[in-house]
Amino acid sequence: MKNDERLTDGAVETEEQRGGLSRRSILLTVGGVATLAAVSEVAAQPISERPPSASTGRVRLVVNGRQHELDLDPRRSLLDVLRETLDLTGTKKGCNQGACGACTVLLNGRRIVSCLTLAAMHDGAEIKTIEGLETNGELHPLQAAFVEHDGLQCGFCTPGQIMSGIGCIAEGHAGSPDEIRFWMSGNICRCGAYPGIVAAVADAAKGA
Amino acid sequence: MLPFTLEKVTSVQAAIAAASSGRRFIAGGTTLIDLMREEVDQPAHLVDINALPLSEIRIEGSDLVIGALARMTDIAAHAGVQRLHPLVAESLVEGASPQLRNMASIGGNLLQRVRCPYFRMHDAPCNKRSPNSGCAAIDGLNAGHAILGTSNHCAATHPSDVAVALVALDATMQVRGPRGERTFPVEELFRLPGDTPHLEHTLLPGELILAVRIPGGPDSRRARYLKVRDRASYEFALVSAAAALDVEDGVIRQARLAVGGVGTRPWRLRTVEKALIGKPLDRKIFETAARLALEGARPLSGNHYKLELLPRTIVRALEMAGEAA
Amino acid sequence: MTTNVIGTPLPRVDGRAKVTGAARYAADFNQGGQAYAVIVGATVGLGRVTGIETAPVEKMPGVVAVITHRNGPRLPYAPHKSYIDPATGERLHVLQDDQVHFYGQPVAIVVADTLDQAERAAAALHISYTAERPLVDLADPKARPVVPAAGKQPDARLPADTARGNADSALADAPVKVDEIYEIARENHNPMEPHATVAAWNGNRLTLWSKSQFVVNEQAEIAAVFGLPPENIQVICPFIGGAFGTSLRTWPHVTLAAVAARQVGRPVKLVLTRKQMFFMTGHRPRTLQRMALGATADGKLTSIVHEGTGETSRYEEFMEALTSVTSFLYSTPNVQTRYRLLPLDIGTPNHMRGPGEASGVFALECAVDELSYKLGIDPIELRRRNEPAIDEGENKPFSSRSLMKCHDLAAERFGWSRRLPEPRSMRDGRLLVGMGMASASYPAFHAPADARARLLADGTAEIEVAASDMGPGTYTSMTQVAAETLGLPVERVRLSLGRSDYPPAPSHGGSWTMASVGSAIRAACMAVQEEAAKRPQGGRPIEATASAQRDPDVAARFSMHSFGAVFAEVAVDPDVGTIRLRRAVGAYGIGRVVNPRLARSQCIGGMIGGMGMALMERTVLDPRDGRPVNAHMADYLLPVNLDIPQLEAHFVEEIDPHVNALGVKGLGEIALVGMAPAIANAVFHATGKRVRSLPIRIEDVLTV
Repeated sequence: MKNDERLTDGAVETEEQRGGLSRRSILLTVGGVATLAAVSEVAAQPISERPPSASTGRVRLVVNGRQHELDLDPRRSLLDVLRETLDLTGTKKGCNQGACGACTVLLNGRRIVSCLTLAAMHDGAEIKTIEGLETNGELHPLQAAFVEHDGLQCGFCTPGQIMSGIGCIAEGHAGSPDEIRFWMSGNICRCGAYPGIVAAVADAAKGA
Repeated sequence: MLPFTLEKVTSVQAAIAAASSGRRFIAGGTTLIDLMREEVDQPAHLVDINALPLSEIRIEGSDLVIGALARMTDIAAHAGVQRLHPLVAESLVEGASPQLRNMASIGGNLLQRVRCPYFRMHDAPCNKRSPNSGCAAIDGLNAGHAILGTSNHCAATHPSDVAVALVALDATMQVRGPRGERTFPVEELFRLPGDTPHLEHTLLPGELILAVRIPGGPDSRRARYLKVRDRASYEFALVSAAAALDVEDGVIRQARLAVGGVGTRPWRLRTVEKALIGKPLDRKIFETAARLALEGARPLSGNHYKLELLPRTIVRALEMAGEAA
Repeated sequence: MTTNVIGTPLPRVDGRAKVTGAARYAADFNQGGQAYAVIVGATVGLGRVTGIETAPVEKMPGVVAVITHRNGPRLPYAPHKSYIDPATGERLHVLQDDQVHFYGQPVAIVVADTLDQAERAAAALHISYTAERPLVDLADPKARPVVPAAGKQPDARLPADTARGNADSALADAPVKVDEIYEIARENHNPMEPHATVAAWNGNRLTLWSKSQFVVNEQAEIAAVFGLPPENIQVICPFIGGAFGTSLRTWPHVTLAAVAARQVGRPVKLVLTRKQMFFMTGHRPRTLQRMALGATADGKLTSIVHEGTGETSRYEEFMEALTSVTSFLYSTPNVQTRYRLLPLDIGTPNHMRGPGEASGVFALECAVDELSYKLGIDPIELRRRNEPAIDEGENKPFSSRSLMKCHDLAAERFGWSRRLPEPRSMRDGRLLVGMGMASASYPAFHAPADARARLLADGTAEIEVAASDMGPGTYTSMTQVAAETLGLPVERVRLSLGRSDYPPAPSHGGSWTMASVGSAIRAACMAVQEEAAKRPQGGRPIEATASAQRDPDVAARFSMHSFGAVFAEVAVDPDVGTIRLRRAVGAYGIGRVVNPRLARSQCIGGMIGGMGMALMERTVLDPRDGRPVNAHMADYLLPVNLDIPQLEAHFVEEIDPHVNALGVKGLGEIALVGMAPAIANAVFHATGKRVRSLPIRIEDVLTV
């Protein structure tokens, strides 16, 4: 489905040189009332000071045990590298603002939101995503517990919940339902599967 | 997001040199990348400082010293922090989410930007983002804004929780720049908006935060952080309070108090502290003293409730501190 | 042959796909060589685009197209309306002229090789406007309400005015009265999955991998917009990451994705930002309601006057069932309902979980609670005294009604008898504790649906239907219906959903999927069974497509609704005003429960949605230009895990032979209805302060 050149994503991505170009609005006065729109000239640097090329050189990421060498636009978030460059679409983009937890992955063993970190900052890092949890076709105990306790409905926040739950258990924060509720509050579930999520994490923590 | 260059440094020296030539530091990135994506912040050159040896958390005598790159999670989980300064640990875990706390450094936390919605909107005036463009919040929707330390140019609150605790505890910060090292109170890191709200902190060009030092004291175990918000977690404070009390024979010998969510910077309340010294642990005393917090308060159209919520939060935080072992 | 699969708590058949990341949502369908599109929204709330400087942006790295109303294609926009579109008005024609009707309306689309490039270029596009101050505040005295045109029709499903008896004079004469205004904030659906469309053209044929609760309508709508035969359009959406109504309609971004893909000659992926989800894809309209109750001293309702106004856009009249429940929930001789709309300079609202009922029942159930305190009658007992024998609005018997059974069951599980009636009388340490309850109701709808069943030689079966599963468990429960009807174990039934070339299903909303699609699947399975019986020697595959719909005679004879009861306990911190839900119990009479495990999850999820409505959710518009100021997941509060305590959902035994052959009434919506008033009533019981405006926040109870 994915052609090979997209795996190296940005070899041709010489970024814009006129980077200072930015959106402007104009001040408008209607019937003597200035509307909220205002002049906002936000360019921080003159155009000439923008970097001519934005390639970082090769970045090595070990994702679910598999090494990738990528030539990346430094702007690219770890989340977009997973989803758009590597086609690992199990990790979800819910808000792209660090405010929902849907993009949670393990970075060198710790749970993080992958939307708020640049992939190029993690040369050599080990990343675990939802696609990397099964062992020989067997679900990870927490994956199985999510199904058993119905800790999901639409399933969109589920990969992030599970990766977060693995982090929660590894941190030793799954000792009681109350503790789990506190330490799983970085993952929003709009369907409201929270009771099942807590039960699943508690169950998997017992066996961990 | 505007394009930028990204380089990595492995020594403090190299970091300072890079910053002196106009490059910007990036550590956890949780504030910076968010704002860069909105193009509110537009650095052209970033220096990744995560490889610097500044993550250590150590006890020096009765002081706690936290390296600038120590992550919120690691500080909160550190046995020495929990033992010596439970207030710091408590304020840390009340902030953000577990994932963000795994990413965010203490240095970055102190330097995080404001949560005013108009600050994030290019199509709205904001003196902080774009000097002299005006303030959309003062005549707009401002329920979350400050009542203390505001100016006619800006009323955005500083969003950090741990900064409130650090200001209460008289923490200092150690920074190094092209002209050498200096140490100053964390409280002095934050500037009032005045007529230059785009200038938020007092770091000089090229300066790098090395560490935060928190002195121990007789009150540091009788200290609590109360964060008031509509959601039980993962929300910025409407009002918060960090209170530390040194109590002997039921009498307050020393009180330290700072509040968040109400000031344009983490807000130390020395007049309230003074009013508590020599007094018993008594709710009436707390209530009288807490009213002093409103000295100079200037509410906006949408945040009058903070005039009521602030003293109540202080009273409750003092009660909690009084009850702490 | 029957295997009794219906009624068993089967785990989700798609559970494995969802916990491994294998389940693919719209934005997961990456296509080789795809470009990325980003929508540029208007930065004024009302006005006209006067200039767009596309040239500099077109030269930016990676940019392949900048499409505006000036250079974009004129689209046919053939007339097309489905029942989920407003009956009155015309949908937004995107990029067809320079008019800006609301803040954030799409005014351009930028396409680039990578997402980073497209986002940068979209931010750099300089657009100038002339602007006027929009009217966005429902309470603005300048706003003029209108009578919804579709509500004036004699056979209107949502009549603007209804009356029986003389409610106004009965109210005036009533010895005990409640007459109050209730307000509910504008809410956004905020499913975790943002709207997304991947569009790919092949000649004059278009494939859309697109988030939709109604793939056959998305097909028809896009066909109408582009002037193509519907069979040229294929819409694919096997999984929906939550929707709650926001993906019922086909919004302009789907058109924009297709326009962009055609223009650049490549597949295009378009995903809305979270911010754009706050103004482009509908919302629960802000409402203001007057609810007036008159009663005798012994608690018999003598009059109800319910006047409700909801916001809508200037270009469409969005209607919802704001006043519908009022006519039949309780027995009373005199009822007057008036439903009005207030056209504002906003995008058109749309259905959000429990549309209309959730808002209307909030007003009614808070008012009944207020009445109970005035009368000194226990609120359950007050409802019991007004339990009707028939639907007095329709003058028809209910096909089934278990409201009081629900109250009795929920009250018992909740421990209502431990409640002290006096407000502010219950404490837990420092905290004020309050208990509140409310009734809930939602119609038992049924729409015509088709389904295809295929029996294969290997003894398995395949079912195909253009329905969707946004989370309730449609894959699982439909598999159960098919397995039971075919007499097969569930492992031997494969169900496929979410393709517009499958047999058509109605919109996945309104709690009618099980009734409608389940009945069609049952019919298709019965048809293949019948054929199989004729072929004892084998002869596979056997395929049959069947339709099902409600018998119109039965529909005419009965009033069909689900009923429920919700009980909630809150704790309010008297010092700092924090309100925390401590526990809640819901009991529902929803006919037959196909899968108790999933039904329970769905109910608890709906209760959590109602909790958000009660205590958190509100989209705030800046009156100066209509922008939502909290269009951010950190600023639009939804419940997080720590907010959610022990919740219980129970189902009363209810056999309804009339609703449909499966005896199911649906539960997606009713699960949310009733929670907000139960919580609001509990807050009053805890604090003695009646808050009639949702959400109830700290500042509302601070001085109690």
